[in-house]
Amino acid sequence: MVQARKLVYEYEKRDDEGNVIGMNRAVDGIDIDIRQGQFAAILGHNGSGKSTLAKHMNAILVPTGGTMWVNGRDTKDPRELMHVRQSAGMVFQNPDNQIIGTVVEEDVGFGPENLGVPTDEIWKRVEDSLRAVGMLEYRTHSPNKLSGGQKQRVAIAGVIAMEPRCIVLDEPTAMLDPNGRKEVIRTVQELRKRRNVTVILITHYMEEVIDADQVYVMDSGHIVMKGTPREIFSQVEELKKYRLDVPQVTMLAEELRRRGISLPRGILRREELVDAVDRYACMLKENQS
Amino acid sequence: MIRDITIGQYYPAKSCIHRLDPRVKIVSTLLFLISLFVQNSLLGYAAATVFLGGVIRASRVPLKFIVKGLKAVVMLLMFTVVMQLFLTKGGDVLADFRIFEITEKGLRTAVFMAVRLIYLIIGSSIMTFTTTPNALTDGMESLLRPLNRFQVPVHEVAMMMSIALRFIPILLEETDKIMKAQIARGADLESGNIIQRTKAMVPILVPLFVSAFRRANDLAMAMESRCYNGGENRTRMKPLVYKTGDYMAYAVTVIYLTATFVLGRFVPFHLWIF
Repeated sequence: MVQARKLVYEYEKRDDEGNVIGMNRAVDGIDIDIRQGQFAAILGHNGSGKSTLAKHMNAILVPTGGTMWVNGRDTKDPRELMHVRQSAGMVFQNPDNQIIGTVVEEDVGFGPENLGVPTDEIWKRVEDSLRAVGMLEYRTHSPNKLSGGQKQRVAIAGVIAMEPRCIVLDEPTAMLDPNGRKEVIRTVQELRKRRNVTVILITHYMEEVIDADQVYVMDSGHIVMKGTPREIFSQVEELKKYRLDVPQVTMLAEELRRRGISLPRGILRREELVDAVDRYACMLKENQS
Repeated sequence: MIRDITIGQYYPAKSCIHRLDPRVKIVSTLLFLISLFVQNSLLGYAAATVFLGGVIRASRVPLKFIVKGLKAVVMLLMFTVVMQLFLTKGGDVLADFRIFEITEKGLRTAVFMAVRLIYLIIGSSIMTFTTTPNALTDGMESLLRPLNRFQVPVHEVAMMMSIALRFIPILLEETDKIMKAQIARGADLESGNIIQRTKAMVPILVPLFVSAFRRANDLAMAMESRCYNGGENRTRMKPLVYKTGDYMAYAVTVIYLTATFVLGRFVPFHLWIF
Protein backbone atom coordinates (compact mmCIF):
# COMPACT_ATOMS: atom_id res chain seq x y z
CA MET A 1 0.00 0.00 0.00
CA VAL A 2 2.65 2.47 1.07
CA GLN A 3 6.17 1.76 0.00
CA ALA A 4 9.33 3.84 0.11
CA ARG A 5 12.79 3.15 -1.22
CA LYS A 6 15.82 5.20 -0.18
CA LEU A 7 13.51 8.14 0.49
CA VAL A 8 15.36 11.42 1.05
CA TYR A 9 13.92 14.83 1.79
CA GLU A 10 16.30 17.75 1.94
CA TYR A 11 15.55 21.38 2.58
CA GLU A 12 17.73 24.45 2.70
CA LYS A 13 18.83 25.70 6.06
CA ARG A 14 18.80 29.49 6.21
CA ASP A 15 20.23 32.01 8.64
CA ASP A 16 18.34 35.05 9.93
CA GLU A 17 18.85 37.02 6.73
CA GLY A 18 17.55 34.22 4.58
CA ASN A 19 20.89 33.13 3.12
CA VAL A 20 21.32 29.45 2.50
CA ILE A 21 23.85 28.06 4.95
CA GLY A 22 23.50 24.41 4.20
CA MET A 23 21.18 21.53 3.53
CA ASN A 24 19.18 19.71 6.15
CA ARG A 25 18.06 16.15 5.68
CA ALA A 26 14.76 15.68 7.47
CA VAL A 27 14.34 12.21 6.04
CA ASP A 28 17.41 10.26 5.04
CA GLY A 29 17.32 7.02 3.10
CA ILE A 30 14.16 5.46 4.41
CA ASP A 31 12.77 2.10 3.30
CA ILE A 32 9.30 1.16 4.41
CA ASP A 33 6.71 -1.38 3.34
CA ILE A 34 3.20 -1.14 4.66
CA ARG A 35 0.71 -3.64 3.28
CA GLN A 36 -3.02 -3.15 2.72
CA GLY A 37 -5.02 -3.53 5.91
CA GLN A 38 -2.05 -3.23 8.22
CA PHE A 39 -1.83 -1.03 11.26
CA ALA A 40 1.59 0.54 11.19
CA ALA A 41 2.93 2.96 13.74
CA ILE A 42 5.80 5.38 13.38
CA LEU A 43 7.42 6.51 16.59
CA GLY A 44 9.99 9.15 17.22
CA HIS A 45 10.61 12.17 19.40
CA ASN A 46 10.23 15.75 18.12
CA GLY A 47 12.34 16.51 15.07
CA SER A 48 12.96 12.88 14.19
CA GLY A 49 11.43 13.39 10.75
CA LYS A 50 8.28 11.38 11.34
CA SER A 51 5.93 14.17 10.29
CA THR A 52 7.99 14.87 7.20
CA LEU A 53 7.68 11.21 6.28
CA ALA A 54 3.91 11.35 6.83
CA LYS A 55 3.57 14.33 4.52
CA HIS A 56 5.22 12.32 1.76
CA MET A 57 2.46 9.74 1.94
CA ASN A 58 -0.03 12.39 0.87
CA ALA A 59 2.23 14.07 -1.68
CA ILE A 60 2.19 17.31 0.31
CA LEU A 61 5.95 16.92 0.19
CA VAL A 62 7.68 15.30 -2.73
CA PRO A 63 10.90 13.38 -2.13
CA THR A 64 14.12 15.06 -3.21
CA GLY A 65 15.68 11.62 -3.58
CA GLY A 66 14.41 8.05 -3.77
CA THR A 67 10.82 7.11 -4.43
CA MET A 68 7.55 6.79 -2.58
CA TRP A 69 4.68 4.71 -3.90
CA VAL A 70 1.16 4.98 -2.57
CA ASN A 71 -1.26 2.39 -3.86
CA GLY A 72 1.28 1.59 -6.55
CA ARG A 73 1.56 5.19 -7.83
CA ASP A 74 4.67 7.28 -7.69
CA THR A 75 3.97 10.37 -5.59
CA LYS A 76 6.43 12.40 -7.67
CA ASP A 77 4.19 12.16 -10.73
CA PRO A 78 1.91 15.24 -10.86
CA ARG A 79 -0.66 13.30 -12.89
CA GLU A 80 -1.09 10.86 -10.01
CA LEU A 81 -1.42 13.61 -7.39
CA MET A 82 -5.20 13.42 -6.99
CA HIS A 83 -5.15 9.63 -6.96
CA VAL A 84 -2.47 9.56 -4.27
CA ARG A 85 -4.30 12.09 -2.11
CA GLN A 86 -7.56 10.27 -2.49
CA SER A 87 -6.13 6.86 -1.62
CA ALA A 88 -4.15 8.07 1.39
CA GLY A 89 -6.22 10.45 3.50
CA MET A 90 -4.48 12.50 6.11
CA VAL A 91 -5.49 13.64 9.59
CA PHE A 92 -3.37 16.36 11.15
CA GLN A 93 -2.43 17.32 14.67
CA ASN A 94 -4.38 20.52 15.26
CA PRO A 95 -8.12 19.83 15.22
CA ASP A 96 -9.02 23.48 14.63
CA ASN A 97 -6.81 24.02 11.63
CA GLN A 98 -8.11 21.23 9.47
CA ILE A 99 -11.84 21.76 9.62
CA ILE A 100 -12.93 23.84 6.66
CA GLY A 101 -16.71 23.84 6.89
CA THR A 102 -18.78 25.98 9.26
CA VAL A 103 -21.13 23.05 9.85
CA VAL A 104 -19.96 19.52 10.65
CA GLU A 105 -21.68 17.84 7.69
CA GLU A 106 -20.39 20.46 5.25
CA ASP A 107 -16.86 19.81 6.40
CA VAL A 108 -17.21 16.07 5.88
CA GLY A 109 -18.61 16.78 2.43
CA PHE A 110 -15.64 18.94 1.46
CA GLY A 111 -13.43 16.08 0.25
CA PRO A 112 -16.09 14.38 -1.90
CA GLU A 113 -17.02 17.80 -3.34
CA ASN A 114 -13.44 18.23 -4.46
CA LEU A 115 -13.43 14.79 -6.02
CA GLY A 116 -16.46 15.67 -8.11
CA VAL A 117 -18.76 13.12 -6.48
CA PRO A 118 -22.46 13.62 -7.42
CA THR A 119 -24.63 15.38 -4.81
CA ASP A 120 -26.74 12.36 -3.76
CA GLU A 121 -23.63 10.26 -3.30
CA ILE A 122 -22.01 13.00 -1.20
CA TRP A 123 -24.95 12.98 1.21
CA LYS A 124 -24.76 9.22 1.48
CA ARG A 125 -21.04 9.27 2.14
CA VAL A 126 -21.36 12.07 4.70
CA GLU A 127 -23.98 10.14 6.61
CA ASP A 128 -22.00 6.90 6.46
CA SER A 129 -18.75 8.45 7.61
CA LEU A 130 -20.34 10.45 10.40
CA ARG A 131 -22.03 7.30 11.62
CA ALA A 132 -18.75 5.39 11.42
CA VAL A 133 -17.06 7.84 13.79
CA GLY A 134 -20.15 8.19 15.99
CA MET A 135 -20.75 11.85 15.23
CA LEU A 136 -24.00 11.58 13.28
CA GLU A 137 -26.03 13.41 15.91
CA TYR A 138 -23.72 16.42 15.62
CA ARG A 139 -24.10 16.78 11.86
CA THR A 140 -25.69 20.22 11.95
CA HIS A 141 -23.53 21.58 14.76
CA SER A 142 -20.84 24.19 14.40
CA PRO A 143 -17.38 22.61 14.73
CA ASN A 144 -16.40 25.42 17.12
CA LYS A 145 -18.63 24.02 19.82
CA LEU A 146 -17.16 20.50 19.75
CA SER A 147 -14.47 19.10 22.04
CA GLY A 148 -11.01 18.36 20.69
CA GLY A 149 -11.68 14.63 20.46
CA GLN A 150 -14.95 15.24 18.63
CA LYS A 151 -13.25 17.61 16.20
CA GLN A 152 -10.65 14.98 15.41
CA ARG A 153 -13.40 12.45 14.82
CA VAL A 154 -15.03 14.87 12.40
CA ALA A 155 -11.67 15.25 10.66
CA ILE A 156 -11.42 11.46 10.42
CA ALA A 157 -14.96 11.32 8.99
CA GLY A 158 -13.91 13.93 6.44
CA VAL A 159 -11.10 11.64 5.34
CA ILE A 160 -13.24 8.49 5.25
CA ALA A 161 -15.84 10.25 3.10
CA MET A 162 -13.22 10.29 0.35
CA GLU A 163 -13.11 6.48 0.59
CA PRO A 164 -9.37 6.15 0.96
CA ARG A 165 -7.60 2.81 1.24
CA CYS A 166 -5.22 4.19 3.80
CA ILE A 167 -5.46 6.77 6.57
CA VAL A 168 -2.36 8.57 7.73
CA LEU A 169 -2.75 10.12 11.17
CA ASP A 170 -0.05 12.64 11.99
CA GLU A 171 -0.02 12.91 15.79
CA PRO A 172 -3.81 13.12 15.92
CA THR A 173 -3.89 13.00 19.71
CA ALA A 174 -1.03 15.33 20.58
CA MET A 175 -3.33 18.24 21.42
CA LEU A 176 -6.06 16.26 23.16
CA ASP A 177 -6.79 15.42 26.76
CA PRO A 178 -6.62 11.74 27.83
CA ASN A 179 -10.34 11.22 27.18
CA GLY A 180 -10.17 12.70 23.71
CA ARG A 181 -7.08 10.60 23.01
CA LYS A 182 -8.91 7.39 23.91
CA GLU A 183 -11.93 8.45 21.86
CA VAL A 184 -9.85 9.02 18.73
CA ILE A 185 -7.79 5.84 19.03
CA ARG A 186 -10.90 3.75 19.64
CA THR A 187 -12.52 5.28 16.53
CA VAL A 188 -9.47 4.49 14.42
CA GLN A 189 -9.35 0.91 15.69
CA GLU A 190 -13.00 0.33 14.90
CA LEU A 191 -12.63 1.73 11.41
CA ARG A 192 -9.72 -0.53 10.73
CA LYS A 193 -11.66 -3.58 11.79
CA ARG A 194 -14.84 -2.70 9.90
CA ARG A 195 -13.48 -1.23 6.69
CA ASN A 196 -10.13 -2.93 6.33
CA VAL A 197 -8.36 0.38 5.74
CA THR A 198 -4.64 0.62 6.25
CA VAL A 199 -3.82 2.80 9.24
CA ILE A 200 -0.53 4.61 9.63
CA LEU A 201 -0.32 6.25 13.02
CA ILE A 202 2.42 8.73 13.79
CA THR A 203 2.70 9.40 17.47
CA HIS A 204 4.88 9.66 20.51
CA TYR A 205 2.40 8.09 22.88
CA MET A 206 3.61 4.53 23.37
CA GLU A 207 0.29 3.25 24.70
CA GLU A 208 -1.32 3.90 21.32
CA VAL A 209 0.91 1.55 19.37
CA ILE A 210 0.64 -1.70 21.35
CA ASP A 211 -1.99 -2.99 18.91
CA ALA A 212 0.05 -2.15 15.82
CA ASP A 213 1.15 -4.85 13.38
CA GLN A 214 4.38 -3.10 12.74
CA VAL A 215 6.30 -0.35 14.50
CA TYR A 216 8.96 1.85 12.99
CA VAL A 217 11.14 3.97 15.25
CA MET A 218 12.67 7.05 13.71
CA ASP A 219 15.57 9.15 14.87
CA SER A 220 17.17 12.07 13.03
CA GLY A 221 15.70 11.08 9.69
CA HIS A 222 16.56 7.38 9.84
CA ILE A 223 14.55 4.34 10.69
CA VAL A 224 16.48 2.91 13.60
CA MET A 225 14.20 0.13 14.81
CA LYS A 226 11.55 -1.95 13.14
CA GLY A 227 9.40 -4.81 14.33
CA THR A 228 6.31 -5.81 16.25
CA PRO A 229 5.47 -3.79 19.38
CA ARG A 230 6.68 -6.68 21.53
CA GLU A 231 10.03 -6.79 19.80
CA ILE A 232 10.43 -3.03 20.00
CA PHE A 233 9.37 -2.57 23.61
CA SER A 234 11.53 -5.37 24.92
CA GLN A 235 14.53 -3.21 24.07
CA VAL A 236 14.02 -0.59 26.73
CA GLU A 237 17.63 0.60 26.79
CA GLU A 238 17.78 1.03 23.04
CA LEU A 239 14.55 3.05 23.03
CA LYS A 240 15.93 5.31 25.76
CA LYS A 241 18.82 6.10 23.44
CA TYR A 242 16.30 7.60 21.02
CA ARG A 243 14.64 9.54 23.84
CA LEU A 244 11.54 7.37 23.77
CA ASP A 245 9.76 5.77 26.70
CA VAL A 246 8.10 2.41 26.81
CA PRO A 247 4.48 1.95 27.98
CA GLN A 248 4.15 2.26 31.76
CA VAL A 249 3.34 -1.43 32.18
CA THR A 250 6.41 -2.45 30.21
CA MET A 251 8.49 -0.05 32.29
CA LEU A 252 7.19 -1.56 35.52
CA ALA A 253 7.93 -5.09 34.32
CA GLU A 254 11.42 -4.00 33.33
CA GLU A 255 12.08 -2.45 36.75
CA LEU A 256 10.79 -5.59 38.48
CA ARG A 257 13.05 -7.76 36.38
CA ARG A 258 16.00 -5.58 37.27
CA ARG A 259 15.25 -6.20 40.95
CA GLY A 260 15.56 -9.91 40.34
CA ILE A 261 11.99 -10.94 39.64
CA SER A 262 12.14 -13.08 36.55
CA LEU A 263 9.44 -11.81 34.20
CA PRO A 264 9.39 -12.28 30.43
CA ARG A 265 10.47 -9.36 28.22
CA GLY A 266 8.11 -7.26 26.18
CA ILE A 267 5.04 -7.14 28.41
CA LEU A 268 2.64 -4.64 26.87
CA ARG A 269 -0.69 -4.89 28.65
CA ARG A 270 -1.75 -4.72 32.25
CA GLU A 271 -3.36 -8.20 32.13
CA GLU A 272 -0.15 -9.72 30.81
CA LEU A 273 1.80 -8.25 33.70
CA VAL A 274 -0.76 -9.51 36.21
CA ASP A 275 -0.54 -13.00 34.72
CA ALA A 276 3.24 -12.97 34.69
CA VAL A 277 3.44 -11.82 38.31
CA ASP A 278 0.90 -14.49 39.28
CA ARG A 279 2.95 -17.14 37.59
CA TYR A 280 6.07 -15.89 39.33
CA ALA A 281 4.31 -16.01 42.72
CA CYS A 282 3.16 -19.59 42.07
CA MET A 283 6.67 -20.54 41.11
CA LEU A 284 8.03 -19.06 44.37
CA LYS A 285 5.47 -20.98 46.41
CA GLU A 286 6.35 -24.25 44.68
CA ASN A 287 10.02 -23.66 45.30
CA GLN A 288 9.40 -23.02 49.00
CA SER A 289 7.35 -26.15 49.46
CA MET B 1 -21.33 47.46 23.07
CA ILE B 2 -20.43 45.13 20.19
CA ARG B 3 -23.11 42.76 21.41
CA ASP B 4 -25.76 45.43 20.81
CA ILE B 5 -25.15 45.56 17.08
CA THR B 6 -27.58 43.12 15.57
CA ILE B 7 -26.98 44.06 11.94
CA GLY B 8 -25.39 41.22 10.04
CA GLN B 9 -26.30 38.56 12.58
CA TYR B 10 -28.21 35.43 11.82
CA TYR B 11 -31.47 34.90 13.66
CA PRO B 12 -32.31 31.18 13.63
CA ALA B 13 -36.01 30.51 13.11
CA LYS B 14 -38.17 28.32 10.93
CA SER B 15 -39.99 30.55 8.47
CA CYS B 16 -40.70 30.64 4.77
CA ILE B 17 -38.24 33.53 4.41
CA HIS B 18 -35.50 31.47 6.09
CA ARG B 19 -36.13 28.63 3.67
CA LEU B 20 -35.84 30.78 0.54
CA ASP B 21 -32.90 30.38 -1.78
CA PRO B 22 -30.19 32.88 -0.80
CA ARG B 23 -30.11 34.16 -4.38
CA VAL B 24 -33.75 35.22 -4.16
CA LYS B 25 -33.06 37.09 -0.97
CA ILE B 26 -29.99 38.85 -2.31
CA VAL B 27 -31.64 39.91 -5.58
CA SER B 28 -34.88 40.98 -3.90
CA THR B 29 -33.06 42.96 -1.23
CA LEU B 30 -31.04 44.71 -3.90
CA LEU B 31 -34.17 45.55 -5.90
CA PHE B 32 -35.92 46.76 -2.76
CA LEU B 33 -33.02 49.07 -1.90
CA ILE B 34 -32.99 50.49 -5.43
CA SER B 35 -36.75 51.01 -5.31
CA LEU B 36 -36.35 53.03 -2.11
CA PHE B 37 -34.02 55.43 -3.85
CA VAL B 38 -35.82 55.91 -7.13
CA GLN B 39 -39.26 56.54 -5.73
CA ASN B 40 -40.33 59.72 -4.02
CA SER B 41 -44.05 59.53 -3.60
CA LEU B 42 -46.03 59.04 -0.47
CA LEU B 43 -47.92 56.11 -1.94
CA GLY B 44 -44.70 54.54 -3.10
CA TYR B 45 -43.46 54.56 0.47
CA ALA B 46 -46.76 53.18 1.60
CA ALA B 47 -46.21 50.26 -0.77
CA ALA B 48 -42.67 49.81 0.58
CA THR B 49 -44.05 49.79 4.12
CA VAL B 50 -46.59 47.13 3.27
CA PHE B 51 -43.97 45.02 1.51
CA LEU B 52 -41.42 45.33 4.30
CA GLY B 53 -44.04 44.75 6.97
CA GLY B 54 -45.19 41.62 5.22
CA VAL B 55 -41.67 40.28 4.91
CA ILE B 56 -40.95 40.99 8.59
CA ARG B 57 -44.14 39.17 9.60
CA ALA B 58 -43.30 36.22 7.38
CA SER B 59 -39.70 36.03 8.64
CA ARG B 60 -40.76 35.58 12.28
CA VAL B 61 -37.91 37.77 13.44
CA PRO B 62 -39.21 39.78 16.40
CA LEU B 63 -39.64 43.48 15.61
CA LYS B 64 -37.78 44.33 18.82
CA PHE B 65 -34.72 42.50 17.55
CA ILE B 66 -34.84 44.40 14.27
CA VAL B 67 -35.26 47.79 15.94
CA LYS B 68 -32.28 47.02 18.15
CA GLY B 69 -30.21 46.95 14.98
CA LEU B 70 -31.13 50.55 14.28
CA LYS B 71 -29.54 51.73 17.52
CA ALA B 72 -26.08 51.41 16.02
CA VAL B 73 -26.84 53.92 13.29
CA VAL B 74 -29.00 56.32 15.25
CA MET B 75 -26.31 59.03 15.26
CA LEU B 76 -25.83 58.87 11.53
CA LEU B 77 -29.57 58.96 11.03
CA MET B 78 -30.01 62.06 13.24
CA PHE B 79 -27.19 63.83 11.51
CA THR B 80 -28.62 63.21 8.04
CA VAL B 81 -32.10 64.26 9.06
CA VAL B 82 -30.95 67.48 10.72
CA MET B 83 -28.80 68.41 7.74
CA GLN B 84 -31.66 67.79 5.32
CA LEU B 85 -34.09 69.67 7.51
CA PHE B 86 -32.11 72.88 7.62
CA LEU B 87 -30.25 72.89 4.36
CA THR B 88 -32.92 71.98 1.83
CA LYS B 89 -34.68 75.13 0.67
CA GLY B 90 -37.95 75.43 -1.19
CA GLY B 91 -41.66 75.89 -0.66
CA ASP B 92 -43.26 77.73 2.25
CA VAL B 93 -41.17 78.68 5.24
CA LEU B 94 -42.52 76.85 8.24
CA ALA B 95 -40.20 78.12 10.94
CA ASP B 96 -37.54 80.76 11.01
CA PHE B 97 -34.57 80.79 13.40
CA ARG B 98 -32.79 83.78 11.87
CA ILE B 99 -29.87 81.98 10.24
CA PHE B 100 -31.66 78.68 9.76
CA GLU B 101 -35.11 78.18 8.43
CA ILE B 102 -37.20 75.13 7.99
CA THR B 103 -39.04 75.01 4.70
CA GLU B 104 -41.82 72.77 3.56
CA LYS B 105 -39.55 71.02 1.12
CA GLY B 106 -36.83 70.64 3.72
CA LEU B 107 -39.23 68.97 6.12
CA ARG B 108 -40.47 66.57 3.49
CA THR B 109 -36.98 65.65 2.32
CA ALA B 110 -35.87 65.09 5.90
CA VAL B 111 -38.79 62.85 6.72
CA PHE B 112 -38.41 60.84 3.53
CA MET B 113 -34.68 60.55 4.00
CA ALA B 114 -35.22 59.18 7.50
CA VAL B 115 -37.78 56.67 6.26
CA ARG B 116 -35.53 55.71 3.38
CA LEU B 117 -32.51 55.05 5.62
CA ILE B 118 -34.50 53.16 8.21
CA TYR B 119 -36.09 50.94 5.54
CA LEU B 120 -32.72 50.45 3.93
CA ILE B 121 -31.20 49.18 7.14
CA ILE B 122 -34.19 47.06 8.06
CA GLY B 123 -34.41 45.67 4.54
CA SER B 124 -30.81 44.57 4.40
CA SER B 125 -30.75 43.26 7.96
CA ILE B 126 -33.81 41.10 7.24
CA MET B 127 -31.65 39.41 4.63
CA THR B 128 -28.82 38.67 7.07
CA PHE B 129 -31.22 37.71 9.87
CA THR B 130 -32.76 35.01 7.73
CA THR B 131 -29.72 33.72 5.82
CA THR B 132 -26.77 31.86 7.28
CA PRO B 133 -23.41 33.42 6.34
CA ASN B 134 -22.60 30.28 4.40
CA ALA B 135 -25.76 30.42 2.36
CA LEU B 136 -25.04 34.08 1.67
CA THR B 137 -21.58 33.29 0.33
CA ASP B 138 -23.00 30.47 -1.77
CA GLY B 139 -25.65 32.80 -3.16
CA MET B 140 -23.08 35.50 -3.94
CA GLU B 141 -20.83 32.98 -5.64
CA SER B 142 -23.64 31.72 -7.78
CA LEU B 143 -24.88 35.22 -8.69
CA LEU B 144 -21.42 36.55 -9.50
CA ARG B 145 -20.39 33.53 -11.55
CA PRO B 146 -20.74 35.43 -14.86
CA LEU B 147 -17.81 37.58 -13.69
CA ASN B 148 -15.60 34.51 -14.12
CA ARG B 149 -15.45 35.43 -17.77
CA PHE B 150 -13.62 38.60 -16.81
CA GLN B 151 -10.99 36.66 -14.87
CA VAL B 152 -12.56 37.47 -11.49
CA PRO B 153 -11.80 34.54 -9.15
CA VAL B 154 -15.36 34.28 -7.85
CA HIS B 155 -15.06 30.81 -6.32
CA GLU B 156 -11.81 31.64 -4.56
CA VAL B 157 -13.23 34.83 -3.07
CA ALA B 158 -16.33 32.99 -1.85
CA MET B 159 -14.14 30.26 -0.34
CA MET B 160 -12.06 32.91 1.43
CA MET B 161 -15.17 34.51 2.83
CA SER B 162 -16.55 31.28 4.22
CA ILE B 163 -13.18 30.35 5.74
CA ALA B 164 -12.95 33.81 7.31
CA LEU B 165 -16.40 33.26 8.82
CA ARG B 166 -15.30 29.91 10.21
CA PHE B 167 -12.20 31.37 11.83
CA ILE B 168 -13.70 34.51 13.38
CA PRO B 169 -14.72 32.76 16.63
CA ILE B 170 -11.41 30.88 16.79
CA LEU B 171 -9.38 34.05 16.40
CA LEU B 172 -11.56 35.90 18.90
CA GLU B 173 -10.91 33.17 21.44
CA GLU B 174 -7.23 33.33 20.64
CA THR B 175 -7.18 37.12 21.12
CA ASP B 176 -8.77 36.63 24.50
CA LYS B 177 -6.14 34.07 25.47
CA ILE B 178 -3.26 36.27 24.32
CA MET B 179 -4.70 39.26 26.19
CA LYS B 180 -4.93 37.26 29.39
CA ALA B 181 -1.42 35.94 28.88
CA GLN B 182 -0.05 39.45 28.38
CA ILE B 183 -1.99 40.81 31.36
CA ALA B 184 -0.53 37.99 33.44
CA ARG B 185 2.90 39.19 32.35
CA GLY B 186 2.03 42.70 33.55
CA ALA B 187 0.77 44.33 30.37
CA ASP B 188 -1.46 47.32 31.04
CA LEU B 189 -4.24 47.44 28.47
CA GLU B 190 -6.82 49.52 30.29
CA SER B 191 -5.26 52.80 31.41
CA GLY B 192 -3.64 55.68 29.57
CA ASN B 193 -4.80 57.80 26.69
CA ILE B 194 -5.78 56.49 23.32
CA ILE B 195 -2.22 56.46 21.93
CA GLN B 196 -0.87 54.54 24.92
CA ARG B 197 -3.69 52.09 24.71
CA THR B 198 -3.13 51.59 21.00
CA LYS B 199 0.54 50.97 21.67
CA ALA B 200 -0.41 48.40 24.28
CA MET B 201 -2.22 46.47 21.56
CA VAL B 202 1.03 45.67 19.74
CA PRO B 203 2.04 42.78 22.01
CA ILE B 204 -1.40 41.31 21.37
CA LEU B 205 -1.51 41.80 17.63
CA VAL B 206 1.93 40.39 16.87
CA PRO B 207 1.32 36.92 18.37
CA LEU B 208 -2.20 36.96 16.93
CA PHE B 209 -0.85 37.52 13.42
CA VAL B 210 1.86 34.92 13.83
CA SER B 211 -0.67 32.36 14.93
CA ALA B 212 -3.11 33.35 12.17
CA PHE B 213 -0.42 32.76 9.56
CA ARG B 214 0.44 29.42 11.11
CA ARG B 215 -3.22 28.44 11.04
CA ALA B 216 -3.52 29.56 7.43
CA ASN B 217 -0.55 27.38 6.52
CA ASP B 218 -2.00 24.35 8.32
CA LEU B 219 -5.41 24.88 6.77
CA ALA B 220 -4.00 25.20 3.26
CA MET B 221 -2.19 21.91 3.79
CA ALA B 222 -5.34 20.23 5.11
CA MET B 223 -7.35 21.50 2.15
CA GLU B 224 -4.77 20.30 -0.34
CA SER B 225 -4.57 16.91 1.31
CA ARG B 226 -8.31 16.63 0.77
CA CYS B 227 -7.85 17.10 -2.96
CA TYR B 228 -8.87 20.77 -3.10
CA ASN B 229 -7.58 22.42 -6.25
CA GLY B 230 -9.79 25.40 -6.87
CA GLY B 231 -13.32 25.52 -8.18
CA GLU B 232 -12.85 23.33 -11.25
CA ASN B 233 -14.59 19.96 -11.48
CA ARG B 234 -16.06 20.48 -8.08
CA THR B 235 -19.50 19.20 -7.22
CA ARG B 236 -21.64 20.62 -4.45
CA MET B 237 -23.07 18.95 -1.44
CA LYS B 238 -25.78 21.57 -1.16
CA PRO B 239 -26.37 22.89 -4.67
CA LEU B 240 -28.63 25.92 -4.99
CA VAL B 241 -31.84 24.89 -6.70
CA TYR B 242 -34.82 27.18 -7.19
CA LYS B 243 -38.05 25.74 -5.80
CA THR B 244 -41.65 26.85 -6.28
CA GLY B 245 -41.48 29.06 -3.22
CA ASP B 246 -38.47 30.87 -4.67
CA TYR B 247 -40.30 31.68 -7.90
CA MET B 248 -43.23 32.89 -5.87
CA ALA B 249 -40.92 35.15 -3.87
CA TYR B 250 -39.56 36.58 -7.11
CA ALA B 251 -43.14 37.17 -8.24
CA VAL B 252 -43.95 39.01 -5.01
CA THR B 253 -40.91 41.23 -5.49
CA VAL B 254 -41.92 42.01 -9.07
CA ILE B 255 -45.47 42.84 -7.96
CA TYR B 256 -44.08 45.19 -5.35
CA LEU B 257 -41.80 46.88 -7.89
CA THR B 258 -44.65 47.36 -10.34
CA ALA B 259 -46.85 48.70 -7.58
CA THR B 260 -44.33 51.32 -6.49
CA PHE B 261 -43.64 52.27 -10.08
CA VAL B 262 -47.32 52.66 -10.93
CA LEU B 263 -48.10 54.50 -7.72
CA GLY B 264 -45.14 56.82 -8.19
CA ARG B 265 -46.06 57.60 -11.79
CA PHE B 266 -49.78 57.83 -11.92
CA VAL B 267 -50.94 59.19 -8.57
CA PRO B 268 -52.53 62.67 -8.46
CA PHE B 269 -50.02 65.45 -8.78
CA HIS B 270 -50.43 66.98 -5.32
CA LEU B 271 -49.15 63.76 -3.73
CA TRP B 272 -45.86 64.09 -5.59
CA ILE B 273 -42.97 65.11 -3.48
CA PHE B 274 -40.22 67.39 -4.84
